[in-house]
Amino acid sequence: MMQSQQVLTRPRYQRTLGEILRGKRFSQLMTRIIVYIILFAGAFILMVPFAWMLSTSLKRPGAVFLFPPQWIPKPIVWSNYPQAWSYLPFNLFLKNTLIITATTVVGATLSSAVVGYSFARLRWIGRDIMFMVVLATMMLPYHVTMIPVFAIWKKLGFVDTLVPLIVPAFFGGGAFNVFLMRQFFMTIPLELDDAAKIDGCGVLGIFWRIIIPLSKPVVGTVAIFQFLYRWNDFMGPLIYLNTTKKYTLALGLQLFRGQYSTKWELLMAASVICMLPVLIIYFLAQRYFVQGIVFTGIKG
Amino acid sequence: MATTTAVKRMGFWARYRSMGRMARREHWWGWILSSPWWLGFLIFTLLPMLASIYFSLTRWDILTPPQWVGLQNYRNIFSKAGDPIVLHSFKITTIYALVSVPLRLVLGFSIALLMNQNIKGIFIFRTIYYLPAVLAGVAVAMLWRWVFNSEFGLINLLIWTLFKVKGPAWLVDPDWALWALIIMSMWDVGSPMLIYLAGLQGIPTDLYEAAMVDGANAWRRFWAVTIPMISPVLFFNLVMGIIDALQTFTQAFILTEGGPNNATMFAILYMYLNAFRWFKMGFASAIAWILFIYILILTLIVFRSSALWVHYEGEVKGR
Repeated sequence: MMQSQQVLTRPRYQRTLGEILRGKRFSQLMTRIIVYIILFAGAFILMVPFAWMLSTSLKRPGAVFLFPPQWIPKPIVWSNYPQAWSYLPFNLFLKNTLIITATTVVGATLSSAVVGYSFARLRWIGRDIMFMVVLATMMLPYHVTMIPVFAIWKKLGFVDTLVPLIVPAFFGGGAFNVFLMRQFFMTIPLELDDAAKIDGCGVLGIFWRIIIPLSKPVVGTVAIFQFLYRWNDFMGPLIYLNTTKKYTLALGLQLFRGQYSTKWELLMAASVICMLPVLIIYFLAQRYFVQGIVFTGIKG
Repeated sequence: MATTTAVKRMGFWARYRSMGRMARREHWWGWILSSPWWLGFLIFTLLPMLASIYFSLTRWDILTPPQWVGLQNYRNIFSKAGDPIVLHSFKITTIYALVSVPLRLVLGFSIALLMNQNIKGIFIFRTIYYLPAVLAGVAVAMLWRWVFNSEFGLINLLIWTLFKVKGPAWLVDPDWALWALIIMSMWDVGSPMLIYLAGLQGIPTDLYEAAMVDGANAWRRFWAVTIPMISPVLFFNLVMGIIDALQTFTQAFILTEGGPNNATMFAILYMYLNAFRWFKMGFASAIAWILFIYILILTLIVFRSSALWVHYEGEVKGR
């Protein structure tokens, strides 16, 4: 009691060292410093493999196996990149990947928006039951349907084409995307719909003129997640594509594993190229990633 | 309230007849606009699931018509005379899930807690920590193949520099390969972390203030406010984590292809090999169903247990 009064009556700058160390401000500062140190250390650990990858991709073949490792390669071999790119028909792989990604992004975004709209804004018998099914399929493991769906495409003669990788996206674009769209549309005031109705807007008019213009954040989020998913997808192309010419980047990259398994500098260069578009989109469209989580409504 | 439940109990046609002209129009628009989803559900989910049950009761190489074999495929999974690798692959998958899911849960939550300390530059940290989640897939798996290289890989170089001992052979050592994959899974905690962070930021500050007025210290506030309020998010991440871990495929395929000596033979990987490499579609369908039921049971257990530890706001405890 005496002590604390003393602290209060004396000016701050006259405090002894012991008082400073026991003070609240100091302990807060210390916690803060420790938090920063841990976060920096974690970020460092996360980034080191990337740095390692980048460094390897710029080394001459012999330098890859040097000890101690060179973090900054001498000399820097930029030509690894064009060389890796021409080792395999990566131009074709890129074209295939772009076709799949572009069409599925459009298909999934558009169809999940339409479906989400019907769940969020229209009243129809059976809607609530159907929505329960949407939620249930969100947790459904994909592998149970894999073989029969493959059999369907085989029967239709579309195996070893891009069709099986594109068409399903147009059927609702996945339960999770429908869910995201619906959750967002629910937050748009219903009065807007009524006003539009009075102005003579039909069901589709409301969707296109009212809902979509107000829903850019969720449309962006769905499109970006779809892009990531398709760009990184491995199992789909692995199952459906047989001819090397039809491979996607992800599938083409794993060819390195067998044929040139010790050419680490080329493999890393090719991997960096495959990551680059994702990286660029990630940094440009930062906010959409965080929003995606907010829209699901998962909160404490 | 009473009228809505009464309406809900009515059959489809009774409800339809009670609708006006406008309501009927809206009703049909609803079905039309949702048709991409429900057609897709029928074609790509429901029918394939039923077909999958049938295929699992046949021997089928996809080129010739399936032959009915009854429960033979299932007997092959469970009997000693059958294929022992299936149950082995379930064991591997389960060990992976048991170690990786809780570790990732705790790691993701800890990072989110640190980031929630009202620090400056949270934006930069969030970007870095989430990056591995964005860069999933083959390129990253290739990177880890190189990191785990037994002679020149980053990890073993580090072990040598720090301790002057030779590190394990990781991906080519049956005792270490699974651990390599578990370590790799620790790297990518970005998405659960982001979900925790959103949850933490959604906890109303007046709860903490009330606890402080009651004299609760930081430790007590953590257990009495943070944990109960975040438990639904914890639960969500737990369920998703289990489902994800049990479906591990790409990492195992790229890094080890199930080897060495089946040490990383995950269930989905073994199913894939049976179906698309050896064309045992019937047997693979049986594996798929057993795995599906396994995932379902585990998820149900977690759901059941949630009543004991998940706190929902506005819910009255007891009865």
